[in-house]
Amino acid sequence: MVHAILALLVCQLLGEIIVRATGIPIPGPVLGMLLMLGALAALREVPDELNAVAGVLLSHLSLLFVPAGVGVMLHAARIKTEWLPLLAGLFVSTALTIAVTGLVFFWMMRKMGLCEAEQKP
Amino acid sequence: MNGPSDPVEGADPLDFDLLWVYLQQEPLLWLTATLAAYAIGHALHRAAGGSPLVNSVAVAIALLVAILVVSGTTYATYFDGAQFVHFLLGPATVLLAVPLYRNFNRVRRLLVPMLAALLAGSVTAVVSAVAVAGVLGGSRETLLSLAPKSATTPIAMGIAEEIGGLASLTATLVIITGIIGAMIVTPLLNALRVTDWAARGFAVGVASHGIGAARAFQVNQLAGTFAGIAMALNALLTALLVPLLLRWV
Repeated sequence: MVHAILALLVCQLLGEIIVRATGIPIPGPVLGMLLMLGALAALREVPDELNAVAGVLLSHLSLLFVPAGVGVMLHAARIKTEWLPLLAGLFVSTALTIAVTGLVFFWMMRKMGLCEAEQKP
Repeated sequence: MNGPSDPVEGADPLDFDLLWVYLQQEPLLWLTATLAAYAIGHALHRAAGGSPLVNSVAVAIALLVAILVVSGTTYATYFDGAQFVHFLLGPATVLLAVPLYRNFNRVRRLLVPMLAALLAGSVTAVVSAVAVAGVLGGSRETLLSLAPKSATTPIAMGIAEEIGGLASLTATLVIITGIIGAMIVTPLLNALRVTDWAARGFAVGVASHGIGAARAFQVNQLAGTFAGIAMALNALLTALLVPLLLRWV
């Protein structure tokens, strides 16, 4: 477990350092993910420890957004006065984005003949 | 004068004022509360038969806000404790390399549909949010804070700051976007007959970042993987697109 956590933190740290040193417009953790991907490609397998950590953390990914979400309490006044543009904007835009992205992806896949055997969602 | 040194009052083992002062100073209380609220949200989600309409994050946030308001606790005090959970967002992003590596061949094969969908979805996310809120009379500050809402929290906050929005408002809007996407993705894509797991996961990842990815992982590993990739790619593209698109606002 220790090695897996250490590897994660090292990748993130390197990502942050490289982003700050070079000024490339990529978030540090995303670059860290690419570094980790490179390391896994070099290893040619996912170590068991890392698999275990991934299982735990990724299955409860949404927990990690709770602290930022509680920040909604700081904006009670604005939400009271601008609830309609805010909620309508968020709802319409989120639904449209899911629909457009999903349809374009699926349409291109079928057009290029990349569909696999029928899947039932 | 009811500190522990007081010979009469100090004998009372239940000095709630002192206990409260101690708990407010330590991160333990709000860290525990965050996990407990999420556990309750998760239990309700399961009790509802895994329905996406009972969202664990939404339940947890509502519970915590109620507790903080009733107890008169500031968000800053709360965050002192909860920051340990918040911090894990970084390592969790790095961890997305694991499902990405496992599905690398599939990802490479689907690269063209993926990039086309990313571009279409990312532009839709920014333009439609700003347009709808603008038409309904949203203030300029609100519109600027809304623009990067589909990118993941830290990136969206950075973008908002850069273009003159309110970073902390953006953080809130990002989370609400995530919750909305997690709630509506399944019925919406069923209605549109998008039956492929990769396409479904990618769609919710572009629109609703990590919360969408969390929902996708609950349903299907492959969908979760593509949602994770979508989240990372859309974070990059949104950072490039928002300043460009907002020249016309």
